[in-house]
Amino acid sequence: MSTQVKFVQGNEACVEGALYAGLDFFAGYPITPSTEIAELLSRRLPMAGGKFIQMEDEIASMAAIIGASLTGHKVMTATSGPGFSLMQEALGYAVMAEIPCVITNVQRGGPSTGIPTHGSQGDVMQARWGTHGDHAIIALTASNHQDVFAMTIEAFNMAETYRTPVILLFDEIVGHMREKLEVPEPGEIPLVERLRTSVKGGVNYHPYLPREDGRLPMSDFGDVHRYNVTGLYHDMWGFPSSDPDVVHGLIRHLVDKIENRTNLLARYKEHHLEDAEIVMVSYGSAARSALHVVKNRRLRGERLGLLELQTLWPFPKDIVREKCANAEAVVVVELNMGQVMQEVKKAVDFPERVFLANRIDGVFITPMDIRKLLRLIQGKGV
Amino acid sequence: MERMRMVFTGSGGQGVITAAIIFAEAAVIYEGLNATQSQAYGAAARGGSTRSDIIISEEEINFPKVIQPNMLVCLTQESYTSYAPIIRPGGLLLTDSRFVKQERKVDAWQVELPMYQTVMDEIGKPIVFNICMLGAVVALTDLVQPASIMTVLRKRIPSGFVDMNQKALDLGIALGAPQKR
Amino acid sequence: MSTHDYLRQRFFPHMWCPGCGHGTVLNSLLRAVEQLGMSKNEIVMASGIGCSSRISGYVDFHTLHTLHGRALAFATGVKLSKPELNVIVPMGDGDALAIGGNHFIHACRRNIDITAIVMNNRIYGMTGGQFSPMSGVGINATTAPFSNIDREFDVVKMATAAGATFVARSTTFHAQQATDLIKQAILHEGFSVVEILSQCPTHFGRKNKLGAAADMMQHYKDITVPIGSSKKKDNPDLIERGIFVQEEAPEYCREYDKIIEQAMKG
Repeated sequence: MSTQVKFVQGNEACVEGALYAGLDFFAGYPITPSTEIAELLSRRLPMAGGKFIQMEDEIASMAAIIGASLTGHKVMTATSGPGFSLMQEALGYAVMAEIPCVITNVQRGGPSTGIPTHGSQGDVMQARWGTHGDHAIIALTASNHQDVFAMTIEAFNMAETYRTPVILLFDEIVGHMREKLEVPEPGEIPLVERLRTSVKGGVNYHPYLPREDGRLPMSDFGDVHRYNVTGLYHDMWGFPSSDPDVVHGLIRHLVDKIENRTNLLARYKEHHLEDAEIVMVSYGSAARSALHVVKNRRLRGERLGLLELQTLWPFPKDIVREKCANAEAVVVVELNMGQVMQEVKKAVDFPERVFLANRIDGVFITPMDIRKLLRLIQGKGV
Repeated sequence: MERMRMVFTGSGGQGVITAAIIFAEAAVIYEGLNATQSQAYGAAARGGSTRSDIIISEEEINFPKVIQPNMLVCLTQESYTSYAPIIRPGGLLLTDSRFVKQERKVDAWQVELPMYQTVMDEIGKPIVFNICMLGAVVALTDLVQPASIMTVLRKRIPSGFVDMNQKALDLGIALGAPQKR
Repeated sequence: MSTHDYLRQRFFPHMWCPGCGHGTVLNSLLRAVEQLGMSKNEIVMASGIGCSSRISGYVDFHTLHTLHGRALAFATGVKLSKPELNVIVPMGDGDALAIGGNHFIHACRRNIDITAIVMNNRIYGMTGGQFSPMSGVGINATTAPFSNIDREFDVVKMATAAGATFVARSTTFHAQQATDLIKQAILHEGFSVVEILSQCPTHFGRKNKLGAAADMMQHYKDITVPIGSSKKKDNPDLIERGIFVQEEAPEYCREYDKIIEQAMKG
C-alpha cells in the first residue's frame, strides 16, 4: 500500500489519523459539528475489526471509552460544545486514574447551545480547567488536514506514553472544510503502543507506581494482575487513601508528569519568524487567516511572522517567549475573547505590546480583519 | 495559473454542495492542484439557501473562504440577489435561465444557460441538474477535465447512474462551450 | 476456592456500618461466584459512588470504582471491548436510578451481557440519609424533614419496561435466594437486574423508627412473598421475590460481532 491522496473534511482527517494510530474502540453521541467523526467510524471501525458504540449521552461515551481502554484498547470519543461540558466529569476520572484516551472536541460557538454550525475557539480554557480540581492536561490543535491527521496520531502517542487523556481541540471551520490529505503508508509515522507490565502473575504488580523513567506500565483487565481503579485519591495499588503523603505525591505526580515536560510536548510551526517585527501567534483555523496575511504582506516587504501553536496545553510558554523576544508587537489571532492571548501575555516580557485580533460572531476571521489591527499597530490608521 | 475562487449557490436539495465537492475533489486528486471546499451550514437539510466556496490553486491555500469570487454560480433568484454583488469585477457569473432572471447590474461576464430545462428535456430527471451545471462550469473554466469529474462520480454513485450523469455532464459542456471567451 | 479467597483481606476492615445489609449482599455475591467456579481473572466489577459501590474495593477481581451513576456506562465499554469478561455492576438505589437512571434504562435496552445488582436501601447512606428515588412517599430523610412527597420507582417494573431480559428481586433476609438469583443472573446471556432490598439501620432505619438491623431484616421477611403466592391476593402491599423476567433475546456484543463480520466482508 502506498500513500493515499484523499479530498476530505477535517473531521475525516481526524478519523484517518485515529485509525492510523491504532484506534479500535470509539464511543460517542451525535452532536454538530463533530458528528461526521462518529458516522465515519461507525463504518470504518468494524471494517477493521474494531468497535463503535453510540451511547445515550456524552457522559456515557466518555465512561465507555475509559472502560475499553482498561481492557487494552486504543480509544477515542468526539464531541462539540455542550457535549464537551458533559464529558468533564469522566475526563477528570481519566486524569486521576491515568487512563490513556483521546477526546476530540470540534469547537463551535458557546456558551450553551450557542451556534452549532459555526466555528469558534472558545473552549481553550475549558480544555485546561473544565474538570474540577488541580490537574494537568495535554491539548493539541491543528490548522490544516495534514496536521489534523498528524496531531491525532500525536494525541494517541502522548496518551499512551503518559497514561493520560489527550484533548484534540479542533474547530468547525477545519472540521467541515475539505482539502487534500495524504495518508502515508503504515509504519511511516511511529506509533506508541500500550506499555504493558512485564511483572509475571503471582508477583506484586503496582498499577500506580511509576518506573524510574516516569512511565506506568499497565495490565489489561482480564490478564493475570487484578487491581483497583478509582477516582478517589489512591495509593500505588490503586486503593483509596487519605494519607496526606500519598495524596500529595499523587497530585504532584499527575501534574508534574505533564507540566515538567512542557517543552518536550510542545508542537508548533514557524513561518518567517527570523526577522519578524510583528509576530502573530495563532492556532487552529485562525492560523490559516494569519498565515494568509503573513504570506501576502511578506510579498510587500513587511516583516511579519507567525508562530502557529499546535500544543495548547501544557502552554509552551518558553517557546512563545523565545520566539516573540525580538518582536516589536505580538498579535494573537483567535476566535474567542483572548483565551490564548492571556497566556501569551504571561509568557512574554512586554505584555503591553500583545494585541488581540479576534472574531466572536460566528464568522471566520478574515485576512482583512487582521490587516485592520496590523495597520493600527503599524501606525497607518484604520 | 491564477488562483480561482468560486462560489456555488442555490437552494438545499439542488446538489450545489455536492457539485462543489466533486469539482474540488477532481481538481485535487486528478489534476494535481490544491483545492479547498467549504460551505455555509444551517439547520435545514432541505429548502434553505446554500452556498459552497471553492478555491483552486497551484499554491498552498490558507484562507479557505471566498470574499470575492472569480466565478459565481446562482441557481435560484434568491441566491442571485444575495450573492451577485460580491462577484469580483470582470468575474464570471453563471445562472440557470429557468430559475434566475439576471439584471445587468454587475461588472461581470454574465452567462445564462437553460441547464435545468435541457436536463428535463433530454433526461427528465432533475436530480442531475447539478451535474449539468458542473459540465457548464468545466467548459467555461478549463480547470478540470471532464474525465476527472467522471472518475470522481464513479466512486460516489451506483454504477446504474453513471450513464445518466455522463449525459448530464455532456449536456452542460455542450451548453457552456460556445459561451467560452 | 473458599469465598475468603475472593476477598482482598488486606483492605479490610470495610467501611460499612454495623448492621448494614451490604455485607450480606457481598456474601451472596461471593457464594454465587464460588458456586459457579468462576476464576477471579474473568470477572470485572464496576461500581459507581455510594456505600454499595465500595464493594468493588473488597473483592479480588479486576475492579473499577467509577463515578456516581456512571458504572454501567464504564461497564459497557469494558464488556463490548472484551466480551469474554464477566462484568458485574453492584449499584445503590440512588446511584442506579437517580443520577444513573438514564444509563440504567439504556443498558437494559441494549441487552448487553452485564449483571446489575441494585442494592436497594431506599436512602443515600454515604452522604448522611437523604431520600432516594426508592424512598417513597411518607418516608423521613434529612432532605425530607416534613416527610417525603416524592413517589418511588419500582425497579423490577422499570427494568422490565426498559427491556432487561433477566429481572429478579430478593432481600438480605433471603440470602440464599439472593445467591441463587445472582448465579442465574450471571449465567444469563443478556442484561440482568437483581434488586436486593438491603437495610440501612443507621440512616433509613433510625429516621423511620424501624428498629435495629435484625428488626429491619425481619421486616423484609414479613413484607415479601415468593412470586405467585396466594398471600399477595389478600394483601396487595406485599412485595414479590423471585424471577420476574427470564427470556432469550439477541445479546449486544454478539450482535456487534455480526456487524464486524458483515463489515469485514466489504
